[in-house]
Amino acid sequence: MDSTTPQVAHSTSGLPPDQRITSDLLRPLMQTSWRFYLLVAVFGGIVLTALVAWMSQITRGFGITGIRWPVYWGFYVTSFVFWIGISHAGTLISAILRLVNAGWRRPVTRCAEVITVFALMIGAMFPIIHLGRPWLAFWLFPYPSERMIWPNFRSPLVWDFFAINTYLTGSVLFLFLPMIPDFAVVRDKSTGVRQRIYRVLALGWRGTPKQWHRLETAMQIMAIAIIPVAVSVHTIVSFDFSMAPVPMWQSTIFGPYFVAGAIFSGIAALLIAMAVLRRFLHLEHYLHPVHFENLGKLLLMMALLWGYFVFNERLVTYYGNKPAEMAVFWRTQRESFAPLYWTMVICNFALPLVLMGIRRFRTITGCVIASCGVVIGMWLERFLIIVPSLGHKYLPYSYGIYRPQPVEILIAGATFAAMTLLYVLFAKFVPIISIWELKAGEHVPATLIPPATEEHPLGELHL
Amino acid sequence: MPKWGMTADLDRCNGCGACVTACHAENNISTVGAEQAARGRAKHWIRVERYWEGDFPDVRLKFRPVMCQQCDNAPCEPVCPTYASHHTADGLNAQVYNRCIGTRYCANACPYNVRFFDFFNPSWDKPLHLQLNPDVSLREVGVMEKCTFCVQRIKAVTIQAKADDRPIADGEIQPACAQACPARALVFGDLEDPESAVSRLSKSSRGSKLLEDLGTRPSVTYLDRQS
Repeated sequence: MDSTTPQVAHSTSGLPPDQRITSDLLRPLMQTSWRFYLLVAVFGGIVLTALVAWMSQITRGFGITGIRWPVYWGFYVTSFVFWIGISHAGTLISAILRLVNAGWRRPVTRCAEVITVFALMIGAMFPIIHLGRPWLAFWLFPYPSERMIWPNFRSPLVWDFFAINTYLTGSVLFLFLPMIPDFAVVRDKSTGVRQRIYRVLALGWRGTPKQWHRLETAMQIMAIAIIPVAVSVHTIVSFDFSMAPVPMWQSTIFGPYFVAGAIFSGIAALLIAMAVLRRFLHLEHYLHPVHFENLGKLLLMMALLWGYFVFNERLVTYYGNKPAEMAVFWRTQRESFAPLYWTMVICNFALPLVLMGIRRFRTITGCVIASCGVVIGMWLERFLIIVPSLGHKYLPYSYGIYRPQPVEILIAGATFAAMTLLYVLFAKFVPIISIWELKAGEHVPATLIPPATEEHPLGELHL
Repeated sequence: MPKWGMTADLDRCNGCGACVTACHAENNISTVGAEQAARGRAKHWIRVERYWEGDFPDVRLKFRPVMCQQCDNAPCEPVCPTYASHHTADGLNAQVYNRCIGTRYCANACPYNVRFFDFFNPSWDKPLHLQLNPDVSLREVGVMEKCTFCVQRIKAVTIQAKADDRPIADGEIQPACAQACPARALVFGDLEDPESAVSRLSKSSRGSKLLEDLGTRPSVTYLDRQS
């Protein structure tokens, strides 16, 4: 990074609002402290270690994982479902709040959309990492090959391939479109190589009325298009399980259950990301307690929805009373997986219900604690869907116990480092809060976002 | 077109394990060693399941040889993204090793847990490496494998019979497990031929399919114990 420009080195409090926003939000791009390099080094190191672990898995054989007969899916598929779930943060917050034109969304949308793109990238790696022969992963692509074989379109894994690719393409576009005017701002404020890079990224943005009109139209289209795509993606991920005759997998509720869980964990991830950004990039002027409070209420709603789905799934299985299902049911409810199961219930239901349901606890700290609980709980939920069922499939002779091995723990854990690394890098090169959208909100005569008061408990909604 | 099937007489099976050994030898199934076997990496295309009934001291031991049931409605087939698991015209549930990319989805979908993943490249304790069967391909690390009803033997006899311009006689094809079974518990043959031994046995009133209510329509019939 080159040296700071004199403009942003000054105190920004005396500037008019528009300039204050620009300089405040460009500060992370223009100024680089040693802490940035430290973060990149630490998290980059963890990601590299995981890469080495994966290479050793390829060279030494899949046997160094804990996967075994008959539990053929473990940490990798859990991580896959988990990260695809996290990616639902962006769509809900951004697309839905844009469509209803909720004023308080303005500083939040980009944080959310970035989570979508990066979480999808991380999630989409796992179907490849977990392959027995990952060097042949391209056989999932429908391309005319000399083997004269198309992928099997009956397989939910092929549906996954299309769903995730569609979602990734859509969410990259959805992220990129509102960044164009901000790239132009960076282009105008910078010099040298940086200016040339951002000139390319800004795609010739001049801010003419025609350009604004086209941008608004494109964003409107994307916001509408991305919602059904997002819903379909996690439904199809749930089909990976519900299409196989495995006890407790074959469930009609899995589609909506997974979508709700995905949005749930996505909001939690967004809350954590926002709190971290607010703290470390000093965005206290832009991310207000009301944003956390509003998202906290969404988290509460999703916790209730999640509880409703789990209650349904469990009760119906219990009354169905089929022997194979009940073996898995009791295994999670009372037996070996019970500690994990009840941790999940506490993290996903009890904790957010208490912290987000009681106004006194619905603070930034409360939101972060509840969100950490939800992230842990949702990871456990996916693990508890996959592993107990596979280990307890019909014939008691073939029951098996899965024990994750270091390589799986390392790779699954390193995804969190990868997410942090990507986020840190992104926040370094792109304004993490949309400058032009914030300014557009600023021009509304009232103050941008009033704090939550008795009269405006939701913040002000500009409908 | 024949429809290959098998019957397993549970009255005859004494759990000796000869079928397991014969299968390993015939199909080049690599051994993984005691430590890996304890970690669930052993590959037994056919296994003898043991179930105890009753309370001590009145216990009774039951054996059930379980191999790929060659389902007509196989759950492993639709889930495979690369058609590595597919259905052949003569009713076999084939596994094409070279197409397999190792998603292991088929093994999860299989209710009988008869599909096995190659966690390592194949290796054998000496001198087992000297007795490999040239008719059966080796499987590299990262693919799924399973019982084929000894498809190499089926093909060899079919080709020979076609060359001789004669029908395949009943009992001419013997998978390694059926051939090795000293109690003759396993009988293999063509289910389309109403006169074949396997056809007559599978219509027995003792006959049942494993996990029949799942609707997988297996080609293997178990003859229940009467004693």
